[in-house]
Formats: sequence, C-alpha cells, structure tokens
Amino acid sequence: MTTANLPTKHTVLVESEVEFTLAEFSRACRADIEHLVVLVYEGILNPHGSRPEQWRFEGRELKRARMALRISRDLEVNAAGTAMLLDLLDEISHLRARLGERGRLS
Amino acid sequence: MEFKDYYTTLGVARTATKDEIKRAYRKLARKFHPDVSKEKNAESRFKDIAEAYEALGDTEKRAAYDDVGKRHADGADFEPPAGWDAGFEFTGRNFGGDDDAAHSAFFESLFGRQRAGARGPRPSANAAGSDHHAKIQISLLDSYRGVQRSISLRVPQLDAGGLMTLKDRTLDVNIPKGIRAGQHLRLSGQGSVGQGNGPAGDLYLEIEFAPDSRFRIEGSDVYLDLPISPWEAVLGASVTVPTPDGSVQLSVPPGSVSERKMRLKGKGIPASTPGDLYVVLNVVLPPADTAEAKDIYRGMAASFPDFNPRRAQEA
Repeated sequence: MTTANLPTKHTVLVESEVEFTLAEFSRACRADIEHLVVLVYEGILNPHGSRPEQWRFEGRELKRARMALRISRDLEVNAAGTAMLLDLLDEISHLRARLGERGRLS
Repeated sequence: MEFKDYYTTLGVARTATKDEIKRAYRKLARKFHPDVSKEKNAESRFKDIAEAYEALGDTEKRAAYDDVGKRHADGADFEPPAGWDAGFEFTGRNFGGDDDAAHSAFFESLFGRQRAGARGPRPSANAAGSDHHAKIQISLLDSYRGVQRSISLRVPQLDAGGLMTLKDRTLDVNIPKGIRAGQHLRLSGQGSVGQGNGPAGDLYLEIEFAPDSRFRIEGSDVYLDLPISPWEAVLGASVTVPTPDGSVQLSVPPGSVSERKMRLKGKGIPASTPGDLYVVLNVVLPPADTAEAKDIYRGMAASFPDFNPRRAQEA
C-alpha cells in the first residue's frame, strides 16, 4: 500500500489519505480480486484508470465495497441485484436525511 | 456454554429440507441484514441467523450438529472440546466486534474457528498477513475535539517452536478531530503477521458514533431539537443552547414557530469546511394543571376571539 513502509503505529484516515491498487483493495476488503472486478463492471465501484492494473480506488470506496460484498454474500444476490439494492439504499438514506431536516431554514 | 437451537433460530422443523432451510434463511436475512434493516438489534439477530444457516445449510455440518443435539437440550450447559478458544480478538472500551463473520463460541466448539479470512485470498509462501476490520465507538464530542483510545488485541502468533500462541497487544490510537461515522482509520502493520518474509496485514477501524439522546447527525451537520416556551417563540428571547462542545447563546427571533430551523454556521463537525449546527425549535405549552393556569388559558381564548389555527384547512 502507499504507506506500507511507514512505522507500524502509523495511523491514517482512509477516506481522505489512501488510494488503493486492486491488489491492495482486495486485501483491505478481504475479498477475491475477481469479485471486485465484477463490482467495478457492475458500476458499484468506480476506480480511476482504465485497465484493472491501472485502477486506483479512493479510500471512501472501502465502505461501499465492504457493504456490497456483505450484501451479495449474505443475501445471496448477484452483482446486478447488489447494485440495484445499493442504489435503493442510497435513495432511502437521502430521503431519510430530507425528513430529518424538517422545518424551514431561517 | 449454552447449546444453541439453530432450528428455532431459523424457525424451521428439525425435519426441514435443505430448500426449506434456505428459504427460511433468505427471508430472515432480508429482514435483519444490518446493511438493509432498521430493526432493533438487527446486527446481533443477523449474526445468529447467519450462523444457524451456516450450520444447517451444509449437509455435513448439519449431521454433526444433529448428532450433538440428540445429547443436549437447548439452553443446557454444553462442554466444549479443549483448545477451541484461539484467534484474532479485540477488547477494550467501546470497541466492538471483529471481522464480520465471527461465530459464537458454541459454533466454534463444534466446527472450529473459521474466520472471514477463509473466504479471502489464499495465502502463499511469503504472503502478506491478512487485513482485519473492527468497529470503534466514539462520542460526538470525541469527533469535535479528537481523542486517544487504547485498544487491546489478542493476536495468534507462531512462536519459535512453531506453536500457535495468543499474544496480547495494546495500541494507543489517535482519533483525529473531525472524523465522521463510517470513516476508517488504518493502522499499518497491525493486522495478522505475514507468512515467511511477507509483511504484516493492516488493521482497519471503522468509526461509529455512540447513540446520543440530544443530537442527530447528517454527514457533517448536527441537529438539535430545542424546546422553547410560547412567550419565547412569540416575543423572541436569548436562550442557552447546548452544542456537543459547550453551550452557546442563541437569539430566537420574535414570531418564531415550531420546526423553525436556526443555523449556527460552522458549529457542526469540524473540518476544513466545518459542518453546521441546526437548532430546530419546538414550542412547548405550559401544562394547565391548576385552576389558575386554566384561567390564564381561558383568558387567552377570550383575548383572541378571531384566532383560528385551522383556517387553512377550511377552504
């Protein structure tokens, strides 16, 4: 990983300071590379770069990837179903946030 | 250790077919999966359900479980074979859960320890140790100020003689100011040890906020419901408002109504562009629990003969 040679107690905030290669992302997600490639082709993950060996995953994709992997494994749905489910969950959380904002801005 | 009745967990008969077990699992999984469910205790319910399915959905495991089940009643004490309790573990205040496929001690006593890592990439000679994930719970104030936390890890390690031993390790983790729920800290080299010359894996800590009775959090914005009296709302007032990091004075403008939202710019979660704190007003009526109080309300009714709160509904 980008900081693998730093002292062991080095702590970084993944969402803002880390970019993963596909191999690093596979370790961090504890998932097979093939599985992650499917998630990219399904549009669930959006790495920079065109070919898998050039892919770079932003730190904030870690949460989404782990969630997608849990959902496809535990609910036994394929990648297309997982993509649909994640989109719907995004929409629900967006609507919940709007509900939570009830009231007018003064 | 308590014997677990996996059939009851899935709500199926002991004679259920493989298909019936799968159907029962899928139905429960959709209801309780922590990523999709808003049910209370979804996380612990789902763990039980997934574990029951793992045991009953596999023909060999189910046979072994049924065999043990014949000798034990549910809830009765169960004596595990020696040596079952070994693995990568986490302890510490507000330090929750290890990798997502952790099993109960009962399950592991029957089927051995099968970590989530077993699903990951196969290790080879000189392979890097696997990465691990855990959750750590902090308060909103911790995010406003930053905090240091001690966590203890029990990590299996091979000793010089090639035996697996558990090693205790305490880590001090600096949780930076401005961190939000769902973000991750990576501690390099604090995961499993590597094979041969392979480097150690990393440890990922996912941040969770402890439930807070006063503040709601949306991204980096924080919401607070603020009860005010009718006269404060109508006449305006300067009121003391709690924020996660101390109190501030807020001026309530005259003519305010319930659900009016006041923004305290930059008083949300700190960042280069900090979030805002939104104060949502909630007008609370004084109770009319004495004759005197009732008279005051009657006096108001007499003073506002033309006031009709339902005018908008009467087309």
